[in-house]
Amino acid sequence: MIFIDDKRNSSGQSNLDYILQRLHIDPILLALVFATLLAGGAILYSASDASSGFMYGQSLKILLALGIMLLIAQINPAWMRRGSPWLYAAGLAMLAFVLIGGVSGGGAQRWIDIGFRFQPSEIMKLALPAVLAWLLHSRALPPSPLLIISTLILIAVPMVLVLLQPDLGTAILIGLTGATIVFLAGLGLIYIFSAIAIVGAALPVLWFFVMHDYQKRRVLTLFDPEKDPLGAGYHIIQSKIAIGSGGVFGKGWLSGSQGQLEFLPERSTDFIFAIIGEEFGLFGAISILLLYLAIVGRGFYIAATAQDTFSRLLAGSISFTFFFYVFVNSAMVTGLIPVVGVPLPLISAGGTSLVTLMAGFGILMSIHTHRRLLPR
Amino acid sequence: MRPLSQLKNHWQEQQLTGSRIAICAAIAIILTMIVIAQLVNLQLVRYEYYSAQSQGNRIRVKALPPTRGLIYDRNGDVLAENLPAWHIDLTPEQVPDIEDTLNRLVQEKLIRADKLDATRELIKSRRRFETIAIRQRLSEEDVARFAVLRPYFPGVEVRAGLARNYPNGSIASHALGYMGAISIDDKDRLDAATYAGTSYIGKTAVERSYEADLHGTPGRSEELVNVHGRIIRPLNSELSLPGKDIILTLDLPSQLAAEQALNGRRGSVVAVDPNTGEVLVFASAPAFNPNQFTGGISTKNYKALRDDLDQPLFNRALRGRYPPGSTIKPIIGLAGLDQKAATAGRKILCRGYYSLPGKTHRYRDWKPEGHGMVDLHDAIAQSCDTYFYELAVELDIDNIAPMLKQFGLGEPTGIDIGGEAAGLIPSREWKRANFRDQQDQVWFPGETVITGIGQGYLLTTPLQLAEATAALATRGKRFQPILVKAIKDSLSGEISEQPHIEKAAISGISQRDWNEIIEAMRGVITDPKGTARSIGYQAPYTLAGKSGTAQVFTLAQDTEYDAEEVTERMRDHALFVAFAPIEEPQIAIAVVVENGGSGSGVAAPIARAVMDAYLIPRELAGMEASAQ
Repeated sequence: MIFIDDKRNSSGQSNLDYILQRLHIDPILLALVFATLLAGGAILYSASDASSGFMYGQSLKILLALGIMLLIAQINPAWMRRGSPWLYAAGLAMLAFVLIGGVSGGGAQRWIDIGFRFQPSEIMKLALPAVLAWLLHSRALPPSPLLIISTLILIAVPMVLVLLQPDLGTAILIGLTGATIVFLAGLGLIYIFSAIAIVGAALPVLWFFVMHDYQKRRVLTLFDPEKDPLGAGYHIIQSKIAIGSGGVFGKGWLSGSQGQLEFLPERSTDFIFAIIGEEFGLFGAISILLLYLAIVGRGFYIAATAQDTFSRLLAGSISFTFFFYVFVNSAMVTGLIPVVGVPLPLISAGGTSLVTLMAGFGILMSIHTHRRLLPR
Repeated sequence: MRPLSQLKNHWQEQQLTGSRIAICAAIAIILTMIVIAQLVNLQLVRYEYYSAQSQGNRIRVKALPPTRGLIYDRNGDVLAENLPAWHIDLTPEQVPDIEDTLNRLVQEKLIRADKLDATRELIKSRRRFETIAIRQRLSEEDVARFAVLRPYFPGVEVRAGLARNYPNGSIASHALGYMGAISIDDKDRLDAATYAGTSYIGKTAVERSYEADLHGTPGRSEELVNVHGRIIRPLNSELSLPGKDIILTLDLPSQLAAEQALNGRRGSVVAVDPNTGEVLVFASAPAFNPNQFTGGISTKNYKALRDDLDQPLFNRALRGRYPPGSTIKPIIGLAGLDQKAATAGRKILCRGYYSLPGKTHRYRDWKPEGHGMVDLHDAIAQSCDTYFYELAVELDIDNIAPMLKQFGLGEPTGIDIGGEAAGLIPSREWKRANFRDQQDQVWFPGETVITGIGQGYLLTTPLQLAEATAALATRGKRFQPILVKAIKDSLSGEISEQPHIEKAAISGISQRDWNEIIEAMRGVITDPKGTARSIGYQAPYTLAGKSGTAQVFTLAQDTEYDAEEVTERMRDHALFVAFAPIEEPQIAIAVVVENGGSGSGVAAPIARAVMDAYLIPRELAGMEASAQ
C-alpha cells in the first residue's frame, strides 16, 4: 500500500494538517465532538447539583473514551475488516456467557465483571455492523436473497441473546444497526416494504408475549400521561414541564427550577435533554440538536467518500446509529415516543455508552484518514 | 482480488450506497425537524401553560406521623404517654441558606450548638422537600420568641406535636426504655415509608423491643403548593393509624416500693409471678429519667449519665452479672437430695472452716466460731458454709453445674426485651475451652468447694435469680419471663394477651425433696437462728427465702477511687431471694444490692417491702370479695 501523503505535503498542505493526518485524526469530527462534550460538561455540572466530585469522575471517563477513540483511529480499516468476524464471534460468546455467569443489575443480567464491569452488548453494537459490512463487502450489491438471509441470521442471533437478558431497548438498537447496514447496501424496495409489514404484524405479538408490564405501561403512559401523574406518567409530565417552562431563551444555567429542585427524575442521565431545554431554552435545545446533526453529517460525508464497500457501510451505519440515539432520546424526553432507557449521546452521565460512541468515532476517523489519496 | 467483470459493478455499488447514505441523511434531517417542531410546540406555543405548571402549582406529599401507642402497667396506670409539645420544623427546600439559618437559630438559642452536627446529618438524610423536626420540646418562652423572629426564618416553623412523656419519671425506666433520635444505624433496619415524618424511635427495653407495635402506620396528605412551598389547598389525605398500646406485666405499686426500698443504692430488684413468668417488678438502680431523652438529650446531660460512677444507664436487672452467693444453696441442697449424697442425709459438725481431705488450706465459714451440728435444713436456714463446702465436694462440679443450669442460671432467660447477659455456670468443659494455658484448663477441687456457696466463677443476673426462685416456688415449673402482658389495638379496642411460655420443667425430683428444701427456706425466715428471721415479723402471709452475700473480686481496677469510695465499693454484694405465699406462690423475687454488705440485713427487708406491696392489697381485695 502506498501513501501519497509526502507528495501532498510538498504540494503546500499545512504542517498541522499533515500531523493530524499522520495521527489519523479528523479535525472536523474531533472539533464537533469536543464542542458537544464541552456543552455536555456544563449541562452535567448543572444536572449533578454542581458536584465537582461527580464531574471529576465523568472527566476521567471522557479522557478514557478519547484515548480509546485515538487508539482505534490508528487501526487500518482493512485490518478491521479482517478482524470483524472474530470480534463478532467473541461478542456472541460473551453475550452467551453473560446469560450464564453475568452480574445481575436491576433485574437483568447484562454485565461481565473482570476487575471492571462491562456490557458485552456494547461490543456487539460495533461488532455487528462490522461483520455485516465484511460479509456484504465481498459480495455483489444489491444483496441477493441468500445473502439477505445470511445477514438476517447474523442480526438475529445477538438480538435474541440480548433479548434474553432481558434488554429490549438494546436488542432493538442492535437490530436497527443491522437493518441500517442492509439498507445502505441497497436492499430492494420490495424487501423494505415487506420488512415494514412484518414489523407491523409483529408488534401485537411483541405487545402480548414479549413485553414486560413496565414496558407496556411506558407505552400507554405516552398517550395519556395525566392518568397516573405520580406513577408512570411522572417522568414525562415533569420532563415536559421542565422543557416547556424553559421558553425560548431558558431560565439560565443552574437556574432551572424543575431540575434543581429535583422534580425531574434521572436528570443527569436519560432526562438530561430536559435540563438543556429548561436552562437554555429553545435556542439551546436546537443548537445541541444541530451540533448532533453536524456530527452525523460529517459521518455521512466520511461514509460517502470512503473507498471500499466495507468502509462505506460501516461508516454509514455508525453515523446513522449515532443519530438514532439522539433522536430516540430527544423524542422520548419531549414526549414523542415512550420512555426507553437510551441516554443522550456524549452528554448523559455514564461511561459505558460513551466509550462505545467514541470507539465508533475512532472507526470513522480511521476510515477517513487511511484513504489512499489519488493525486488531483 | 475481484474478477474483472465486477469492476463496473463496483462503480454501481458506489452509486447505490451513496444514494442510500443520502436517504439516511434525509431521514435524519426530517426526524430532527420533528423533534424541533415538538420543542417549538412545548417551548413557544405552550410556554404559558408549562411555565404556569412550573411556577405555580405542584403537589407536595407530606407524611403524617402516627401517634405512638401508650404503655400501661398491669393495673392500667399510664407509664408512657404522649403530651402536646411544640417543636421546630424545617423544610430544606424552602430555606434559602440552611447553614446560615442553623447558625442564626443557634444564636437565638433555639437549637443547641452541640446538636448542630447531628441536625446537619438529619437534614442531609432526608429529601429536600421533606419537613424535619430539628428541635423538640420548646418552652412557652421559646415559642413566643420565635413568633417574633418568624419572618426572618423562611422555611422554619413552630408546630404543635406530641412528645413522649413518662409521668412517673425514672420509675421503671430500665423496663420502659427511652426514645431517641433515629440514627443512621436505625435507618438501615427501618422501613423508610413507615418512618416518614417520624424523628424519634424507641432506643432500649420495651420502647425498642415493641417498636413495631407501638409505632403505628403513618398517613399522608397531598397538598397543592406554589413555588415557595406555600400550601394552596389540600388534596387527598390519608389519616395515620395510631400505634398499639402495650400493657406491661409490671405492678406499679410494687415497682414503686422496690425503687423506694433501694433508696438510691446501686442494685436491682426483679419479681415475677411464678405461675406465669410475668415480671411484676423490674428495677435497676440508680435509674435515669427517660423524659430527659425525649426530644434529644444534651451532650452535657448524656455525658453526666454515661460517666456517672454508679452507671445509671446500665440495666442491672438484665445485664448485671453477680456471684449469686448463698442464694443458690437451696439448689445445691436439692442436687444433694436428688443425688442421694451422704452429706445431705446426715448432720455434720461445723467448726467454722472446711479443709479438703489431705490439705491444710481452710475455707472459712462466715461464722468464725462455727454453726455446730447442722443438717441440711439448718445449713440452709443458717446459711452454713462449711456444710455446703462438704456437700459440693461430695457432689462434684459435674453434678452441681447441670442442676444450676436446669434452674436457668447462667443462660439468658429469653425475656421479651433484648440485650440480656448470659452469666456463667462453670464446668470442666468450660474451663478447658476458655483458658489458654494448659495448667489453667484443669478443674481444681478447690473451685468446686467455693462453687458450693455461689462464689468463684459463678455469675448470674438478678433476672435469672428471680426465675430460679420462681422455679423453686412452683416445684419445678418454669416460665419464660415476659414484660408485656397484652397488646391493645387502640382503634378496635381489641386486646391480645401475650402467651405465657412454659419452659421445660425440672423433672425427676421427688415431692419430699422439694418439701425439704422449701421448708428449709421457710426456716430462713421462721427459725430462731434463721438468717432473715427479722423480715418475717408480722408478715400476713407465709414466705420462704434465702439470703446471700457475695464477695467483690474487682478490686484492682478501682485504684483511682479515693479511699472512702474504695472501702464502700469493696464491700460484699448483698442478695436475697424469696417467694410467697409458700402454699400458693404468687410472687418470686430476687434482690441484689451492690456493696450492700449483708444479704439478710440489707437485701431481705427490700424483698419484704416489695412482697407486702404486691400481696397485701391482693389479700385485702380477696377478703373483701369473700365478705360480700
